Amino acid sequence: MEEVQPVLKYIKEAKDFGFSDREILISLISAGWQFQDIFEAVLDYSGDADLPNQSEKIIFVENLNKSFGNVQALKDVSLSVQKGSITALLGPNGAGKTTLIRILTTLLKPDSGEARVGGFDVIKNPQSVRRVVGLAGQSVALDEILTGRENLEMFAQLYHLSRGEAVRRAEELLVQFDLLDAAERQVRTYSGGMRRRLDLAASLIANPPILFLDEPTTGLDPRSRFTLWQIIQDLAKNGATILLTTQYMEEADQLADKIIVIDHGQIIARGTADDLKKQVGGDVVEVHLTNYQDGLVAIKAVQGLAKKWPNLDDEMGRVSFSAKDGSTVLTEAVRQLDNAGIGITDIIFRRPTLDDVFLALTGHVAE
Amino acid sequence: MIKTTVSDIIIMVKRNLIRYRRLPQLIVFSSIQPVMFVLLFVYVFGGAIETSSGDYVNYLLPGILVQTVLFGAMMTGVGLADDVLKGMIDRFRSLPMARSALLAGRIIAETIRNIFVIILITLVGVIIGFRIEHGFLDFVWAAFLVLLFGFAFSWISAAIGLAVKNVETVQTAGFIWVFPLVFASSIFVPVQTMKTGVRVFAENNPISHVANVVRALSLGTSVGNDIWYSLFWIVILLIIFIPLAISRYHKIS
Repeated sequence: MEEVQPVLKYIKEAKDFGFSDREILISLISAGWQFQDIFEAVLDYSGDADLPNQSEKIIFVENLNKSFGNVQALKDVSLSVQKGSITALLGPNGAGKTTLIRILTTLLKPDSGEARVGGFDVIKNPQSVRRVVGLAGQSVALDEILTGRENLEMFAQLYHLSRGEAVRRAEELLVQFDLLDAAERQVRTYSGGMRRRLDLAASLIANPPILFLDEPTTGLDPRSRFTLWQIIQDLAKNGATILLTTQYMEEADQLADKIIVIDHGQIIARGTADDLKKQVGGDVVEVHLTNYQDGLVAIKAVQGLAKKWPNLDDEMGRVSFSAKDGSTVLTEAVRQLDNAGIGITDIIFRRPTLDDVFLALTGHVAE
Repeated sequence: MIKTTVSDIIIMVKRNLIRYRRLPQLIVFSSIQPVMFVLLFVYVFGGAIETSSGDYVNYLLPGILVQTVLFGAMMTGVGLADDVLKGMIDRFRSLPMARSALLAGRIIAETIRNIFVIILITLVGVIIGFRIEHGFLDFVWAAFLVLLFGFAFSWISAAIGLAVKNVETVQTAGFIWVFPLVFASSIFVPVQTMKTGVRVFAENNPISHVANVVRALSLGTSVGNDIWYSLFWIVILLIIFIPLAISRYHKIS
């Protein structure tokens, strides 16, 4: 590692000078460095967003801590988000999702740690961060008395777009979000779904390359939620980087390229939806009992088939467990339960949902 | 930098003025209360109050103008607490706009509202016998001082609203600190008639100084040292509460 330090230093200085990665590489090789050394130096290095291999990490967070009184809202949170991706922060209420979003959008100062958004440090350079991010917070932040159009034009002008550009951009977004008919109405007359759409439009007014969406679909009916999902996916397709928070496993599964699971202020897992489902291991077998009080007997009957101790949901009269191969375990489970004299109304096997993932990771259900 | 700050403030003033136009009750209610005070004090208490200003309405009306902008200033805190509650402030703070624009915009809009309310109350006063004894220009200066004093109080209210962050609490709290200040002053009755402890307080109450100046300018008597005390208090309040309100705005979590 010591021999490669000069390489790192050289790359950093050359970067600051404005050389391209290719030029730096050529000059290093012509200076007699082995390609292997350069490669290792860059690979080993993971602490600095300025380095070439980090350049695609548009959001970069390291060892972030934040406490409110005795409550530690974030504990050593480190993460990075690739440019142009959708990343979901998944966790129950109070997990620290909103705290993290508020720090990344400069609304809150962390106690310690580093956070860079779009290459700018959120503590040292908040005004630059504000120019490259859009935020749609948990509650809809619109002026109820102004019309939809007036809201958009106001926010556009506060981003210092020219008057003409503000008018043009507001019109564009009203069309894009299907709000043109309601444009001249005061926001207080809008439905929940319309408010959410206008709120999202407001956060897009200056075409920010990075978008933070804090529980964008909470409280929406399924149809409005679906519309919003499509909008979010279109935004990512057009190159925006999106970090969203959600309590809904389904939402993270549908939208996100990468999911970061957070609980009690700590990141407990990360990966694609499939990666996380693999952590549960195989399929989930779910047994619905005729008599709810049979739960413990049922667990005893099937535990030999399960990879981990089965879960019992008392209220629903449901026993579930993960198994390597659902279809063969299913018939065996029916036989075992029958031998034990337990009546069942239904037995199914399914691919694990993120609810199962959360249960497997934390030992408790989300929420 | 200054250019964008000014344009940010203008945008926020516009936002608040549109609210007044769409919700005229905001102005109507803030006008009904002082008009009611004028009528009640003149016709109910007026006969029992001895003043050196001749007709009681001539004593009372300048004071009512001061009282009106003080009660109006409480709305600053209420409005900001409402913005916090609805998450509006989060959005504004995430924008690359001037730090002071949200607060200054609201307070300037309220100052513009105060101009209308002052004109209205003066007209009501004139109908029931109030007379400007000493030239119209002096009365304009008096109105200007009232607006400035209201402006300073709005910053106190803003700091409280952003600290408390609860609409009802701000409303009640505002009532608790403004009401005694207003009554233990020279607004309604001459301070000489008050009990000693209260009198000392009332004599040094900044509200009394301002009310005395406004009264002197409209009756044509000497403003004396009250004008200097008034300006001193206004400057002190602005120096303390503008930075305090802005720093509270930044620390909202």
